[in-house]
Amino acid sequence: MEGKTTVPALAELPPGLELQRVDERIMTLNVGPQHPGSGHMRIIVQIDGDRIVACDPDPGYVHRGEEKMAEYRNYVQNIPHLERPVIHDSCNILYPYCLATEEILGIEVPERAQYVRVIAAELNRCVYTLYWLAIYGIFLGHSTMFMWPTGDRELLIDLLEKMTGARVTHAYLVPGGVRNDVPANFEDVCLRQVDYFEKRIREYAGIFYDNPILISRTRDAGALSRHDAVALGTTGSVLRASGVDYDVRKKEPYDCYDSLDFETSVMREGDAYARSRVPWLDMMQSCRIIRDALSKMPKSGSVRVKLKPNPKGPEMVSYKRVESGRGALGCYVVSDGKPEPYRVKMSVGSFRNLIALPYLLRGEKLGNMPAVYWSLNYWPVEADR
Amino acid sequence: MSVIAPRFKFSEFVKSIIENAFWIVVIMTLVGLPMAMIVLFYVDLPVIDGALVTPFLALTWLSHPELALPLLKSFLTSDAFRILAFPGFGFAALVAAGTIFVERKMLAKLQLRVGPFYCGKIEGILQLAGDGLKLISKEIIIPAKADKPLFIVAPLLFVGAAAAFVALIPVAPGWVVADVDVGLLAVFAVIGFFPIITVLSAWSANSKFPFIGGIRALYQMVSFEIPLILSCLGVVLLTGTLNLTEIAQSQQVIPWIVLMPIGAIVFFICMLAELERIPFDLPEAESEIVAGWLTEFSGMMYGLVQLGSYVKLYAFSALFVVLFLGGWSGPVFWPPLEQELLESGQTLGPIKLQLPGLPLFSQEFFSAVIWFVLKTAAVIFFVLLPRGVFPRIRIDMLLRIGWYKLIAMAFVNIFVALGLVYAGVVGPGGIF
Repeated sequence: MEGKTTVPALAELPPGLELQRVDERIMTLNVGPQHPGSGHMRIIVQIDGDRIVACDPDPGYVHRGEEKMAEYRNYVQNIPHLERPVIHDSCNILYPYCLATEEILGIEVPERAQYVRVIAAELNRCVYTLYWLAIYGIFLGHSTMFMWPTGDRELLIDLLEKMTGARVTHAYLVPGGVRNDVPANFEDVCLRQVDYFEKRIREYAGIFYDNPILISRTRDAGALSRHDAVALGTTGSVLRASGVDYDVRKKEPYDCYDSLDFETSVMREGDAYARSRVPWLDMMQSCRIIRDALSKMPKSGSVRVKLKPNPKGPEMVSYKRVESGRGALGCYVVSDGKPEPYRVKMSVGSFRNLIALPYLLRGEKLGNMPAVYWSLNYWPVEADR
Repeated sequence: MSVIAPRFKFSEFVKSIIENAFWIVVIMTLVGLPMAMIVLFYVDLPVIDGALVTPFLALTWLSHPELALPLLKSFLTSDAFRILAFPGFGFAALVAAGTIFVERKMLAKLQLRVGPFYCGKIEGILQLAGDGLKLISKEIIIPAKADKPLFIVAPLLFVGAAAAFVALIPVAPGWVVADVDVGLLAVFAVIGFFPIITVLSAWSANSKFPFIGGIRALYQMVSFEIPLILSCLGVVLLTGTLNLTEIAQSQQVIPWIVLMPIGAIVFFICMLAELERIPFDLPEAESEIVAGWLTEFSGMMYGLVQLGSYVKLYAFSALFVVLFLGGWSGPVFWPPLEQELLESGQTLGPIKLQLPGLPLFSQEFFSAVIWFVLKTAAVIFFVLLPRGVFPRIRIDMLLRIGWYKLIAMAFVNIFVALGLVYAGVVGPGGIF
C-alpha cells in the first residue's frame, strides 16, 4: 500500500509543512458541500484504494458573521441572533453570553431562574444530541436510528414549547434570568415526559448501541488516545470518550450546577463507538439533572431581573464557559462602556473537535469516514458561526 | 401556501392530461397505425375452425364466449404469455411493485411513522405509480464525459438480466418460461452477468463515486457468488439434478431447509449481498459515496435500475423457495369446479349461462401458485427486515465474512449433504 517512495520523517520538515504523496493511484474525493455525507462543509479526501492517505476538512460554507453582528446591537438585542449557529441547542449557546453579560452589567440572577435555566439547557442538550444521533444513525446506514430519535425529539420540543413558546429557536435565556416563567403544571408534565424519554433512550441501546454490526464497525475506528485528545485540544464528548474526566459543569460550575447531583460520563476507548456512546450517557445524566433540579427548584419567586432600557456596564472584559452539547462553549465579551458590546467572541466546541479529523482519518478506510467524522460531535454551522 | 410552489389547479391538471392525450393520439395515429398495418400485412394470421382470425374481430369475440374462451386458452398457453405475463416478467414486476409498497409501509411501522399515506387515498397504494410517473417525466441527464452508448444501455441490460433470471424460475408444475435441464447452472450464468453490467455502467459514467461504487459491487458480487454456488451444491447432491422443476418436485415430503439449515442460511446471506440490501448495501453507501454506481443515473434510467433490482429480489427469493422451501408443494385447498356446472351450465331464472372451455386452469395450478407466492412473500419479508435493524458494514468486514465464514459454512453444508446421501436417508431406498 505504501508504495516505493520513501517518506522522510516529519521532524525533518519545517513546522507547518508536511509531505503529500503525488501518485496516479491516489484519487481525490470532494466530500461535500453537496454530498449526503458531509453537512455544510467539504472534506477533501485523498484515497489510495480504500485507504485514506490524507484528509483536509474545509469548513466555512455557512459563515454568517454572528460575532460582527453582535457589535452593532445592544446586549438584549443580541439574544435572538446569537442562538442561530446551533438552533437545536439554543439555550446552551446563549448561556455563556448571558453569564458574561450579567457579569458586565452586575446582575445577580434569582435562584428560581437559575434552576429554570438549567432545566432548559439540559432539555436542549438532549434535543441536540438526539438530532446528532439521528444523523449518526443514517450515516451508518441505520435508518431506524434516524427515525426514532427524530420522533422522540418531538417530546422534548413540545416540552420546550410549553416553557418558552417557541419550538426550536427559543431565545429563552436573557441577561438577568429567563424570558418568562414556566407554566403552572410544568413540573408534572416535565417529570412525565422525562421519565418516558429515559425509557425510550434505553431502547436505543437494544437496536443501535448493542448491535453487533455497529460495534464491529465502529470499534477501533479513528481511535484517539488520551494524550492526543488533550494535545489536539478536543473537548466535550470527544475528550470524555478518550478517558479524560472533564466537564465544565463539574470543573467550573455555573449557576446552580454545583448543587445538583450528577456524574460525568467517561469512556476509555476513544474510538468512534465510545464517542457515539458518551452523548447517550450524557442524555441519561441530563434526565437525572432535570429531575434533581425540579425537586430543588424554589416553588415561586422572580425569574428575571428587570433591566433598564439599553443597559450598559463599565469598561471590562468577561469570559464565561459552559458545557454545551458539543463540549466547552466559551463566550468572551468586551465592554467599552457603551450599550453595545465592543467585541463578542465565541469559542465553540465544534471547531475544536474538527481539528482532530485529519489526524483520525489518516490511514482509515473510506467506509469509516462518516462514522469517524460524525462521531466528533461536530456541527458545521456552529463551527463557522 | 408556499410562495415557491404554485398552487395546485385542477383546470391546469386536466389541461395537461388532455394535452398529453392529444399527443398520444396524434403519435399513435401517425406512427402506430401505419406500423400496425405493415405488421398485419406481413404476418400470417391464424385460421381457427375455418375462420380467419384478425384483430378486427375482437368485438365479436367479446360477445361470443364460446369463440373467445378457446382462443384465450390458447393464448394463455402460448410462449408470449409466459414470457411477458405470468411466470415471466409481468408477474415479477407485479411482485416487485408489491415488494416496494410493503417495504415502505413495513419500514414505516418499524420506525414509528406512517409511510406513504395520501396518494391513492387508501394507505398510499398509488405512491409507486406516482413515483414512476415522476421518474418518467424527469429529464435524463448524461454526464458530458460519459461513454454514452454504454451508459444508456447499462440500465436496460440490468433489467434484461433480471428478466432472464426470472425466466428460469418455475412457479408451478410446468409453468416456467425456460425449462432448462441445467437450470441451476443457467441461474448462475445469469447472476454472473450482474457484476459485469455494474462495472460497465460505473466505468462508463466516468465519475469518481460511481467508479468506487462499481468496484465495490464487483468485489462484493464476485466474492459472494462462490459461497452462493457452494451452498446450492448440497441440494444438487441430494436431488441429483440441476433442473429447478425437478428440484422443487423432489421436496414433496420435506423441504431441504429442514435437512440443510446451514446451506439455507448461507444462501440467504449471500442473497442479501448479491441484492445489495442492507447490511450489504456498500455499492450504494449514501454517506460515503453518494449513491455508488447509481450516482449519475437520472430519471427513468434510475427507475429502470430500481425496477431491475426489485425484480432480481423477487427472482432470488423465488430461487430460495425452489431450492430450500419446497417450491409450490403444499396441500391442495383450491375447491374444484363442479362437473355438472361445467357440462350443463348454470341456470339463473330465465337466463342460462353456459361457459365452455372452463376452467382455464386446474385446481392444482391455483393451489401451487398460491403456495409459491405465499412462500416467496415470506422470504421477501425476511429480505426486507434487516433494513430496519442493521447498519451498513464495511468492505473489509464484508470480504472477510464472504471468504472465510460463508465458504467454510458452505463446505460444512456439503459434508452434511454427503452424510445424508451415504447414510441412505435420501435417495433410492431412503426415508425421503
